[in-house]
Amino acid sequence: MKIMKKLLSAAIASALIATTAQAAISDNEIRIGYLADMSGTYRDLAGPNGLVALQMAVEDVGGQVNGANIRVVSADDRNSPDVASSTVRQWVENDGVDMVAGLVASSVTIAATRILEQSNRLGIVSGSAASSITNEHCTPNHIHYVYDTYPLANGTAQAVVQEGGDSWFILTADYAFGHALEGDVEKVVTANGGTIVQKVRHPFPTGDFSSFILQAQSSGAKVVALANAGSDTTNAITTAGEFGLTQSGQTLAALLLFLTDVHALGVQAAQGIQLTTGWYWDMDDDARAWSDRFMQRTGVRPTMVHAGIYSSTVHYLNAVKEAGTDEAQAVRQQMMNTPINDMFAKGGYIREDGRMVHDMYLAQVKTPAESKDEWDLYKIVRTIPGDEAYRPLSESQCKLVNN
Amino acid sequence: MSMIFGVPIAVLSGQLLLGLINGAFYALLSLGLAVIFGLLKIINFAHGAFYMLGALCTVVLFNTLGVNYWVALILAPLIVGVLGVLIEFFLLRKIANEDHIYSLLLTFGLALVIQGVLTNIYGVSGLRYPIPEVFRGGVNLGFMFLPYYRAWVIVAALVVCIGTWFMIEKTKLGSYLRAGTENSQLMQAFGINVPLLVSLTYGFGVMLAAFAGVLAAPIYSVTPVMGANILIIVFAVVVIGGMGSILGAVITGLAMGIIEGLTKVFYPEASSTVIFLVMVLVLLVRPSGLFGKEA
Amino acid sequence: MTTSVYASPARKSVLEQKQRSERRKLMLYGAFFVIALIAPYVVYPVFLMKILCFALFAVAFNLLLGYVGLLSFGHAAFLATGGYTTGYLLSTYSGLTPELAILAGMSASTLLGLGFGLLAIRRQGIYFAMITLALAQLVFFFYVQSSFTGGEDGLHGIPRGKLLGVINLADNLAMYYFVLAVFMFGFAVVHRMVHSPYGHVLKAIKENEPRATSLGYNVDRYKLVAFVISAALAGLAGSVKTIVFQLASLNDAHWHMSGEVVLMTLVGGVGTLLGPVVGAAFVVSLEHQLAQSALGDWVNVILGVIFILCVLMFRAGIIGEFQKFYKKNFK
Repeated sequence: MKIMKKLLSAAIASALIATTAQAAISDNEIRIGYLADMSGTYRDLAGPNGLVALQMAVEDVGGQVNGANIRVVSADDRNSPDVASSTVRQWVENDGVDMVAGLVASSVTIAATRILEQSNRLGIVSGSAASSITNEHCTPNHIHYVYDTYPLANGTAQAVVQEGGDSWFILTADYAFGHALEGDVEKVVTANGGTIVQKVRHPFPTGDFSSFILQAQSSGAKVVALANAGSDTTNAITTAGEFGLTQSGQTLAALLLFLTDVHALGVQAAQGIQLTTGWYWDMDDDARAWSDRFMQRTGVRPTMVHAGIYSSTVHYLNAVKEAGTDEAQAVRQQMMNTPINDMFAKGGYIREDGRMVHDMYLAQVKTPAESKDEWDLYKIVRTIPGDEAYRPLSESQCKLVNN
Repeated sequence: MSMIFGVPIAVLSGQLLLGLINGAFYALLSLGLAVIFGLLKIINFAHGAFYMLGALCTVVLFNTLGVNYWVALILAPLIVGVLGVLIEFFLLRKIANEDHIYSLLLTFGLALVIQGVLTNIYGVSGLRYPIPEVFRGGVNLGFMFLPYYRAWVIVAALVVCIGTWFMIEKTKLGSYLRAGTENSQLMQAFGINVPLLVSLTYGFGVMLAAFAGVLAAPIYSVTPVMGANILIIVFAVVVIGGMGSILGAVITGLAMGIIEGLTKVFYPEASSTVIFLVMVLVLLVRPSGLFGKEA
Repeated sequence: MTTSVYASPARKSVLEQKQRSERRKLMLYGAFFVIALIAPYVVYPVFLMKILCFALFAVAFNLLLGYVGLLSFGHAAFLATGGYTTGYLLSTYSGLTPELAILAGMSASTLLGLGFGLLAIRRQGIYFAMITLALAQLVFFFYVQSSFTGGEDGLHGIPRGKLLGVINLADNLAMYYFVLAVFMFGFAVVHRMVHSPYGHVLKAIKENEPRATSLGYNVDRYKLVAFVISAALAGLAGSVKTIVFQLASLNDAHWHMSGEVVLMTLVGGVGTLLGPVVGAAFVVSLEHQLAQSALGDWVNVILGVIFILCVLMFRAGIIGEFQKFYKKNFK
């Protein structure tokens, strides 16, 4: 009996919410939840500073939209899908959160977006790398904003093969993200006429890379590609330097490097490494201006994820303003209708699978002589047009794309 | 070129050497654990954190005061050792008469605190430390390029390991230590300050971890969580060797380095798991580890 | 023994006291039950379910640590095995009802528990802890490598389904009462075990194993049965948790999870029936609150401090200290 009553009242309540949401902003407040790793391995690329970027966005929009206040809540996902799932559930079911931002580890993102889909709220993924997030795991309730594994492979691998690096040794972190990156790289290399000499998968995380670097050296491949992330990548790069990998004529290609990683390595160790990035703080005047503001607040330069969080939040809030509602589908449609031209992207647009398509950049780490200060780390070698960089819709397995 | 299981012998010998070098780290770390457990019966789950502190200390001393590698090699373990003595005196002493498990839980909590605080200060991206000038470059052994620094690591680690073993098993100080921890009342009666001895022993075990940390600083990225993952591997090494057996810890450490190195060639995915497989097998055959005394 | 009890008045008063304390205990359980029934109308039900799942996990763990004196450092393996089995079955076979999937998950972890137990049960103290840790690491590796677990990404979107084909568990309240029922079942099993003659033998083993052996008890057999039941209940907790969250992930198999359940049990009170429940509620709530507070990046530090304080000052845990306090002041 009790259960029935509760069910009935819940049904009525949700029907009410649904109808009012069409017309205006639910609870007369826009509630944004920031979910990211605040204390673990991915802390530096998004983490507490990502929350600062989000708050900057809210302030720049004026703290309110159409008279409705904007409220930001945040939580540490502890890199656990469990925690992500229960946090997001509570946010949407109890706290009336309308949009979830941040989202770093791919397991966390997938768990969160499932719940956002069930409850029809919006998620904007800025931290995750896996291209599956807008492919087999796509939902009508999230947008993948900053980058994914497809352009990482595409940008770096293509450039390196075209420069003559036609035989590859791939060192892969043995988990979903690494496998995805490895697969994408393999495709690009063979499509451009290169060959894969050897693939080795290392446990995640690995402490000592000397054994793998030695295997790479004896493989005779011209290019040693690192399909891993974070401290695995920086450790592998350090060890490669120690064992004279590049001196013996091999090229090192790191597929996923964040500004914070390169900063940690220093230009001495990282110089000359080619990488693909979605954004760089020093790439144009808009980016520089925003980065200066960010640095005043945090003391560090922003990563592409920080910039993406800012840009996507401003874009979201503007869409809420235009649509006059915070109902997820209406806002998402509005976001898709509006091109993105700001400090993060020029001419960026959101596709039906939720992928934000924008130009990507092939960068090279500066030499100690070129680098003017500790954050002067990249020179942009080439701009990869967005439509070339990302997986074309014709290859998509996303349920929202008619193929 | 001659091959073993499809792997050229030259490559294999390179891997064996690298395995041995990693084993030297395991030996140093497990030695500290074995000293602490063998003499004090403390299960030191903060050992990884002390290893990290050694490395971090080295980097911070260099960045702030310009302390060079050689000074850091002495100074960092000393600083960490003093911290260890304080921890023993203020915390571990309070539970000396409780079940060993409580020392595990206490030090585990301690590790969480140390790592957590430093993560908030230094982040997790890692700090860099340059390889000392004299050890830059390396030598081509024919089958592999051996960086001088790695050669130094194995020499330094082995010297410290053998020295420690000698001190505890063969010197008068060592015999006091062993006697003091086995029958503290009697030793007290002989006029030996046992509580001080206990504090110093813990400090010494912790110093060994910090020393390994200093050795690691130039070749691994130094982060506040660098000790968290190595911890359970080192524990496995100690258990395989026989808890508390000093010689067992050193030999097993080196052997596990080699086994892990070979796994990295033949089945790299399993390289972080193989030690646990060895541990299960060893404990089934020898319940007290390879060098442990039957309980 | 029982026949002579009524003979002396002193014995009688002891019996009365025992009855009174039994009654009080019953009242306490009753109060807990009533609170649990009302709770979902006050507190967010999914959060409560999380607590119940971890409470069951901790109760299962405490059966070993608290009543047999065995510290297992590999209990995550059972939690994960229950979870993965249930999750995989439910997402592969769409007609399957949740109770069958849970049963399958529990069976899988029971079998695994039997395997672990046979290998580990003869080891004592730290060696027991380390061999269970090692075995759990092997299980973790298996789950990382297997494709059916979805690797690092995990299994997502597992349907909650209809209990017995009738009750739709997609509704949080229905799900909650189901989880509560499962929890009470698990709690009752442990309660029954601990207070049975079998449980008394376990306690005897914990206190003095050689003596128990010399009295003719097959000590290893007793320990093994306790281990397997503990594994089964941990698996049950994992299975139900998977259905609640509709996902199964590697986190459950990681050794940190094995450490977390030690923390819960320790905080609540080792060797008390309610301790693990209170401990789980405390730790889950604390993590939840901290993760969402401004102190988000200090979670680990605060947990570490609690660990240290527990060991130094409240070794008996919340319930244990409460019992001590109660005995000292009211008896």
